[in-house]
Amino acid sequence: MENDARALTVKMVVTGPFNAGKTEFIQTVSEIDVVSTERKISSEAERVKETTTVAMDFGRITVDDSLVLYLFGTPGQKRFDFMWEILSEGMLGFIVMVDSTRPETFQEARNIMEAFRAFSPTPYVVAASKQDLPDAWEVEDLRVALRLDEDVPMLPCVSTDKEAVKTVLLQLLENILAELER
Amino acid sequence: MALQGNLQDFSVTQLLNLINLAGKSGALLVQGPNEGARLIFRTGKLAFAQLTSEQGKQQASLPSILHRSEKINDAQLNTLQARAANMSDKELGLLLINSGYVSQQDILESLQDYFVFVIQQLFTWVEGRFKFDAGQDVPDSKIPVRMALEDLIMEGSRQVNEWEKLTAEIPNLDMALAFTARPGVNLKKVNLNVEEWRVVSYINPKNSIRQIAKATKMNEVEIRRIVYGLLQAGLVKLIRPAGAATQLDGLQSAFPGKSRQEQKSLVNRLMERIRSI
Repeated sequence: MENDARALTVKMVVTGPFNAGKTEFIQTVSEIDVVSTERKISSEAERVKETTTVAMDFGRITVDDSLVLYLFGTPGQKRFDFMWEILSEGMLGFIVMVDSTRPETFQEARNIMEAFRAFSPTPYVVAASKQDLPDAWEVEDLRVALRLDEDVPMLPCVSTDKEAVKTVLLQLLENILAELER
Repeated sequence: MALQGNLQDFSVTQLLNLINLAGKSGALLVQGPNEGARLIFRTGKLAFAQLTSEQGKQQASLPSILHRSEKINDAQLNTLQARAANMSDKELGLLLINSGYVSQQDILESLQDYFVFVIQQLFTWVEGRFKFDAGQDVPDSKIPVRMALEDLIMEGSRQVNEWEKLTAEIPNLDMALAFTARPGVNLKKVNLNVEEWRVVSYINPKNSIRQIAKATKMNEVEIRRIVYGLLQAGLVKLIRPAGAATQLDGLQSAFPGKSRQEQKSLVNRLMERIRSI
């Protein structure tokens, strides 16, 4: 804990619609058990899983004594969207998770992406989650559905697959580095 | 105690519903983000409505309302504004009917159209304060109508849904627009209406959507509706306006007090660490 107090902390935000796999994404690479604020789902419409994040998820990756990366997951349900702006303050970049199997959430993913772009002008990437499921949309089809520019990276992802999660994080960091090198 | 509160806690739709169901009489004053409105009800029916800005008061004069619904032409409007400035709407209405310029039905329909317009404006206000004062009635100089609120509430609910959709897609009017680079799409071959062309003519990374709305004299709903259509058709995309904070500015706030070189070094260390997980 003493180290943490001296270390420079930076943060990334993992956002996206309800049940896109944000909590698992953070859990997969966090060195601590994710500090999750999950509660039983109250909305019948969103009862496709038992619990959802109501404030934020919180994971950590320590580089060394002097540098720590925090991953913040945003609440999935729309009525907690007042948290978004708070979470976006001072972020290094953000990852938008889109559930590739639920086209009904694509529009919401786009809205969330636009909201975060408006909050903070930091680099971002889009992760097409649940690519291991048979009814997952292909990444390029998703790109069209989300009306993403060619220069916005979009990567296939399975939130429980460590290598896939690392690839998404590294892509975001590469974009950040490219921005710093301009 | 007067019925008062905040539109975020109690929406315009809910307010009208309450007034309708409770059969209330009195004046509802609403102060929105840029404009105010005054609505007067008699036993739960709308009797009068006007926006309270100077422009709104002008629009609410009988000659302007008749001109708005094309019952009188430009020349007649100018004549009436010059010669009948000191007459009340009631006096002027009687004079116009007796002179055969318009019928009583014309006047009532024009007033109702205008009041619907005011209510429609009101439905787009999601922030602001309201106060209902029982006992206030339509000023003697004005012509009251009697409009049931059910249809207005239904229409308002539809508008609220549209508004939610528009604000979700375009959360921030301070963003700018840029044409998408789609080979083969020729804007001239796309069927745009006059209003859409006016917006298109202002599309430039330097112009925020808010500035375009101001230049084209559109309110937030109108500009959002057009931008929404252009976005859906894939003709434009949202971008940060030229001169706004850049991604580098954003990164600076993530690494406060660090030089560019230090920032790059920190990102490289993060990448190495993630590779090693």
